[in-house]
Amino acid sequence: MKKNTGDSRFSIKYFLYFVLALGFITAVAQPFNNKKNKTISPENKAIAAATITDATTINDKSDADKKREEESANAFNEVYKVLMHPRCMNCHPSGDAPLQGDDSHIHVQNVTRGPDGKGLYAMKCSNCHQSENVAGLNMPPGNPNWHLPPANMKMIFQGRTPAQLARQLKDPKQTGKSMTQLLEHVEHDKLVLGGWNPGDGRTLPPMSHEEFAKNFREWIEKGAAIPQ
Amino acid sequence: MYEMNNASRRNFLKTTAVVGGGLLLGFHMPAFARNSRFGITDVTNFAPNAFIRIGTDDIITVIVNHSEMGQGAYTSLPMLVADELDADWSKVRFESAPVDPVYNHPGFGMQGTGGSTSTWVEWDRFRNAGAAGRYMLVEAAAQTWGVDAATCKTEKGFVIHTATGRKLSYGQLVDKAAAIKAPEKLKLKDPKDYKFIGKPVKRLDTPEKINGTAIFGIDVKVPNLLTALIARPPVFGGKAKSFNASKVKAIPGVIEVVEIDRGIAIVANGFWPAKLGRDALDVVWDEGALASLDSSTQAKQYEELANQPGAVATKEGDIASVKEKAVKTIEVAYDLPYLAHAPMEPLNCVADVKADSCEIWVGTQFQTVDLMTAAHITGLKPNQVKLHTTLLGGGFGRRAVLDAHFVSEAVQVSKAMKAPVKVIWTREDDIRGGYYRPKAHHKISAGLDASGKPLYWQHNIVCQSFAVGTPLEAMMVKDGVDSTAVEGASDLPYHIPNLHVAWNMAPNGVPTLWWRSVGSSHTAFVVEGMIDELAKAADKDPYQYRRMLLEKHPRLLNVLDTVAEKAGWKNPVAAGRGRGIAIHESFGSVVAHVAEVSITKNNTLKVHKVVTAIDCGQVVNPDTIKAQMEGCVAFGLTAALYGEITFEKGRVKQRNFHDYKILRMNEMPLVEVHILDSKEKMGGVGEPGVPPVAPAVMNALFMLTGKRVRSLPLRPDDLKKKA
Amino acid sequence: MINLKVNGKAYQVDVDPSTPILWVLRDTLGLNGTKFGCGMAQCGACTVHLNGDAIRSCVSPVSRAAGKEIMTIEGLSDDITKRLQEAWIAEDVPQCGYCQSGQIMAAAVLLRNKPNPTDNDIDLGMSGNICRCGTYQRVRNAIHRAAKMKPKAVK
Repeated sequence: MKKNTGDSRFSIKYFLYFVLALGFITAVAQPFNNKKNKTISPENKAIAAATITDATTINDKSDADKKREEESANAFNEVYKVLMHPRCMNCHPSGDAPLQGDDSHIHVQNVTRGPDGKGLYAMKCSNCHQSENVAGLNMPPGNPNWHLPPANMKMIFQGRTPAQLARQLKDPKQTGKSMTQLLEHVEHDKLVLGGWNPGDGRTLPPMSHEEFAKNFREWIEKGAAIPQ
Repeated sequence: MYEMNNASRRNFLKTTAVVGGGLLLGFHMPAFARNSRFGITDVTNFAPNAFIRIGTDDIITVIVNHSEMGQGAYTSLPMLVADELDADWSKVRFESAPVDPVYNHPGFGMQGTGGSTSTWVEWDRFRNAGAAGRYMLVEAAAQTWGVDAATCKTEKGFVIHTATGRKLSYGQLVDKAAAIKAPEKLKLKDPKDYKFIGKPVKRLDTPEKINGTAIFGIDVKVPNLLTALIARPPVFGGKAKSFNASKVKAIPGVIEVVEIDRGIAIVANGFWPAKLGRDALDVVWDEGALASLDSSTQAKQYEELANQPGAVATKEGDIASVKEKAVKTIEVAYDLPYLAHAPMEPLNCVADVKADSCEIWVGTQFQTVDLMTAAHITGLKPNQVKLHTTLLGGGFGRRAVLDAHFVSEAVQVSKAMKAPVKVIWTREDDIRGGYYRPKAHHKISAGLDASGKPLYWQHNIVCQSFAVGTPLEAMMVKDGVDSTAVEGASDLPYHIPNLHVAWNMAPNGVPTLWWRSVGSSHTAFVVEGMIDELAKAADKDPYQYRRMLLEKHPRLLNVLDTVAEKAGWKNPVAAGRGRGIAIHESFGSVVAHVAEVSITKNNTLKVHKVVTAIDCGQVVNPDTIKAQMEGCVAFGLTAALYGEITFEKGRVKQRNFHDYKILRMNEMPLVEVHILDSKEKMGGVGEPGVPPVAPAVMNALFMLTGKRVRSLPLRPDDLKKKA
Repeated sequence: MINLKVNGKAYQVDVDPSTPILWVLRDTLGLNGTKFGCGMAQCGACTVHLNGDAIRSCVSPVSRAAGKEIMTIEGLSDDITKRLQEAWIAEDVPQCGYCQSGQIMAAAVLLRNKPNPTDNDIDLGMSGNICRCGTYQRVRNAIHRAAKMKPKAVK
């Protein structure tokens, strides 16, 4: 193996990153551009602006920009603690099997996500997971829409560094969601909220949902910075 | 009617007989057609003896005195009868025997199932029963035709007059046959004429087990049946100090709260209200002496006990005189945890106690003990107690209990309620309910001479005894050694000139019991692991090293050679895989496994394949033997990978299958079974496949990691390569 | 009162809506082919079909079944089931038999979704059903055998 230094392929890789980044900016901006003539809530405008601002951080920054970026990154680091907590990560595994428990072991029944994220054959999520938590210690937690991310959009958290995860969340190709939709998922999706009502025998994420959502919003609004 | 020629030669039987002839019931013939599980009510019946009933409809019902818990007794025992009877297999049915001395286990001295004995212990009796029936039917036909019985033959349910070809079905002959007396001594078939014995016969109980009609204890229906769950102390030996049932009684469906000796019963009109009721019960427990029991302190206690000399189980040669001659020595310790049996059907029992009778329906392995216990609790005479044996949803020893506790609970609650009651254990009750395979600590040392041969082997076993202090003690404990604690180690087959095996009894308290393969379930792991360690120290192939030390045991050698050949031992194992071998004799049979394993990317152990060789002597149903070996592999692997009951503050930490894991479909290795064509004495097949599983697998893992696993179950760290 | 349809038959049951389907089947309707094994969706012994899905009835409240179709081992009689039962006999699958209702219920859904399952499909579809006797190898062989059988006539 050659060392990276001086490898001509290296610069090409950077170039590719750049192209990808451009594509990403366009993709993020696209939904809003399409809606140009429709009503956009002030909130969403802010998010859209923030996202685009973030993509321009390669430019010279003012001190205020730098502070904003730092605050955004700090907010993400808080978000990250929740995302990597078993209550969130267990359904965002690196493999095709969901994880279980506070030790995030592979789901013991050899469950797999299936194409739609809802399990396979006799092992559909909802075969055991009801619309609500079943009462009792370590009983199956419930949600009407219990599922993993689908096979074509795995949204892996497990094993991701904060920077990797932030980049991934900003890439609608990997989330299937605009930043607005992502925030909606984080703030209101009952499956996300379920992490704070996990049923007996499971620990809670390290901060309240309110705090988590606040941090998530702050991360985005302040430019969705990628933590270093 | 039969000879117990098998019984006397078995040390196992001498040591396991329990309640010698304690039951004083007048002999009666088993209930006839009116109680048949097939609902035949309009046929006359002919019962040549207690084990066979033939109807005018040609249906042959074999009354089986051994409980069916999956091992195939309801098929293999009817096969013995059917062969001698020349029955048409499609007409053969089974029925579970009532409780009666005539159905006593020939070795136990009471009615019961266990010790992998059902088939071999009944080999003579059931064939004789079939032969008696055949004799009577042939005589009846000969009389009908006015010919000499010797000129008649039997075939597929018919008596045929050979010369004229006249034939009569067994059903047509039963009326006349009933009056004929069979002689004491009967000529049994030449083995070359066996129609069923030795052939793969389909199980008789499969059809009802695949359409939901099979009746297990938990499925028994009786009019006005109540359901009870019992709140038992959270610590073994605890007692309820006080309880408040006011919240419980407010739950719709809850009928009564009854205190019994083992806890507090919540009686309801179904399982669910009983469960909700139990959840709502407030109890103040006196936790008793084990309230501070903790697995880590217990482990230290066992280690200290292992330094005591202990009671001597085996002593050959003189270790002290050779110790200094050893060029290599190994001194290690092995640990095995408490294990729950966890049969799929949680324990349960239906009892209906009335003023002058008690009727019990239960999936049990110990009918006589259960019945006598019920008689004692109710104050009734044993012949006023009627016990029906249902199918058992797994047994593994858990349903053979000397205190009949799961029957006693139901009888007590029914007595208090004056109504039929079904007590159901939840899975949590089962996992936390005790009667575990004893936890064991083994301290073992050995020395090799310059050629790598063992000079000495010193083995000190620490575990509880479930015999001491019970009626089993007189039979099972000899010279201070509980045979079930040391079996598989004290009778070491390997040639070791200086051998010392001792036992230190660990303090009792946690209820323990026989668990599929009993003492061998822990001793084989130690012996077969240690032999592998010695082979490694001697720089010898583990298979060849065992061969060398088994020279004087042709039966074991034969099994070992078979498994090695079938597993392709001489060929190198595939890249990334480890291969291990283990052999063990128990319950009169010899089983060897070769396991092939790898470590997955998720850092788990994958067992790909297990090749098995078994010598159990005379084969009755080879397909059942294969099924038992497959099952033994799953059972042994579950223990090796997952099984563990531990304590904290006196409480069992595990509760259900999420933390007391059982092997699943995706973890099941391919099992390839080879049954030896053998002239050896018959042995059992339900248990002997279990002991060599864990050592074969861990010996295979050693090949991959260079690290010896001496403590079960497997830990993630065990999968890392030796640094 | 909850309206249920079980094995094609309509029932009205007067139970608490949170009662698990398992205990309504066993204690209220007397259908005992569905088994209790763990009470926490770990073992699959209680598997029944709810509108065709292999649900674990021990954790599914009866309220979930209102207006839907429950099928239990006693009522299963379609082509796939007949093939499975024939294959189960041919492979002599059951030992104690307690888990087998659940195994067959799960296998029926597997074959409906995947008529020719691979070993991996069987691992994915059947690992929710524990068999303490260890009949897994035979369950696997029986599913493969059933998949290869010609369709059976259904009454």
